[in-house]
Amino acid sequence: MKPVLESDLHAYVDGVLSESARGEIEAWLSTHPEDAERLRAYSEQNAMFRSLYNPVLDESVPAALLAVRPDRWIRYAMAAAIFALGIGLGWVIRGLSITPQLVPLPLARQAATAHAVYSPEVRHPVEVTGDQEDHLVKWLSKRLGTTLKAPKLLPLGYDLVGGRLLSGPQGPVAHFMYQDARGQRLTLYVSRQRGEPRDTAFRFSQEDRVAVFYWVDGNFGYALTGEMSKDNLLQVADVVYKQLNP
Amino acid sequence: MDRRIIIEHIPRLRRYARALVGDRYIADDLVQDTLERAWNKFYLWRPGSDLRAWLFTIMHNVFVNQARRRRNEIEQIVEEMPAVAVRGTQTQQLELQDVDRAMRILPAEQREVVLLVAVEELSYKEVSRALDIPIGTVMSRLSRARERMRHVLGGQTAVSLKVVK
Repeated sequence: MKPVLESDLHAYVDGVLSESARGEIEAWLSTHPEDAERLRAYSEQNAMFRSLYNPVLDESVPAALLAVRPDRWIRYAMAAAIFALGIGLGWVIRGLSITPQLVPLPLARQAATAHAVYSPEVRHPVEVTGDQEDHLVKWLSKRLGTTLKAPKLLPLGYDLVGGRLLSGPQGPVAHFMYQDARGQRLTLYVSRQRGEPRDTAFRFSQEDRVAVFYWVDGNFGYALTGEMSKDNLLQVADVVYKQLNP
Repeated sequence: MDRRIIIEHIPRLRRYARALVGDRYIADDLVQDTLERAWNKFYLWRPGSDLRAWLFTIMHNVFVNQARRRRNEIEQIVEEMPAVAVRGTQTQQLELQDVDRAMRILPAEQREVVLLVAVEELSYKEVSRALDIPIGTVMSRLSRARERMRHVLGGQTAVSLKVVK
C-alpha cells in the first residue's frame, strides 16, 4: 500500500476521493485510531461551519447590493435626482391642492443622500467655511429658527470644513461637514421635524455605503452620516449627542 | 448585459463574506465592493469559465486590501474577544456562536482556505486559483487551520447541531 499523505486525509474529510482511494484510507484509519479521531473532528468542523453560515443564504439580500451597477457615481447622481424630484413633486402636489398625505423621506435617507451629494465635492463642499464658524452658526440658526451649535469634533480628529443650507421636505436644513486628516468626511444634518415635539433614541441605518446615526430631539431631527463602520461612527455620534445635550 | 448572472451569486458571496469578517455590515460592504469591482472588470471574465470562482478571486483581492487598512481595528476586536469555549468546558457543549468566535482566531489566510473548502465547497484546485497560491500552500493552510480549530474547540460538538439538519 502506498504511504498515506496528509493531503489524502483532508481529501477524505472533504469527500473528494474516489471510491477505491476512500477504501484505502478507511483501511489505514482502522489501524491509526488517533488520526481517525482527528479526522472525525475535522468532519465535525465542516458540519459546524455549514450550520453556522448557511443561514446567511436564506436572508433577503439588501437592496443596496442588488442595485450595484458599474459606476457608483451614477447611482449617487440618481439618488440626488430622485431627491430633487421628490421636492419638486411635493410642490406640484401642493399646487394641486389635493391635500395628499405627503410622506417625507425618512430622516436617515435624506441625510445619506445629502452626504452622498456634497461630501465628494472637492471645490465647493460647503457654502460657508469653518473658519467663519460664528457667522455660519448664526446664519443657519436664523434660517432654522433655533439656536444651533456646531459640535467640536477636533478631539476625535475631525475639523469643521463648514456648512451649507439645504432645502429639505420639512423646510430648511442645516448641513455641517467635518473632515479628518485623511480626508474622510462626516456630515451632520439638522432639520425641523413635523408634528409634536418628541425625543427618540439613537437609531442606526445603513444607507447604501453610508452609515447614519439619527435621533429626534424636540422639534429637530439630527443625523450624523459617514462612510465608515458602524462602531466608528457611533463613537462620534455619542460625542455629538453629548455636546448638543450637555 | 444580463445582470442576473452575477446577482444569483450574491447570497453565496454574502455567506462567505460573513464567515470571513464576522460583522454583518462590514461583510456586506465587502460584498458591495466586490460587486462594484466585478461589474467594472466584467470584460476580464472569460465566458464559460467558472464565474463563482472568479468572484471569489475578486473578493479575496478586495478583502486583502481592506484588511490592510483595517488591521488595527481587527486586532483590537480580537483583543477584546472573550476567551473561547469557557462555557464549553463547563457543560461539554459549544454554541455555534463560540465556533464563530473561534473562527476569528485563525489568521485570515487560513480562514479563507478553510471556508472556501468547507463552506463554499470549492475544490483544492479552485481554491488555489482563487487565492493565487500553489496547491501545496492550500493544503498546508487547510491543515493548520483545522488543527488550530480542533485545539481551540477542544474536540467538542456544537450543541446547536442537534437541531440543525
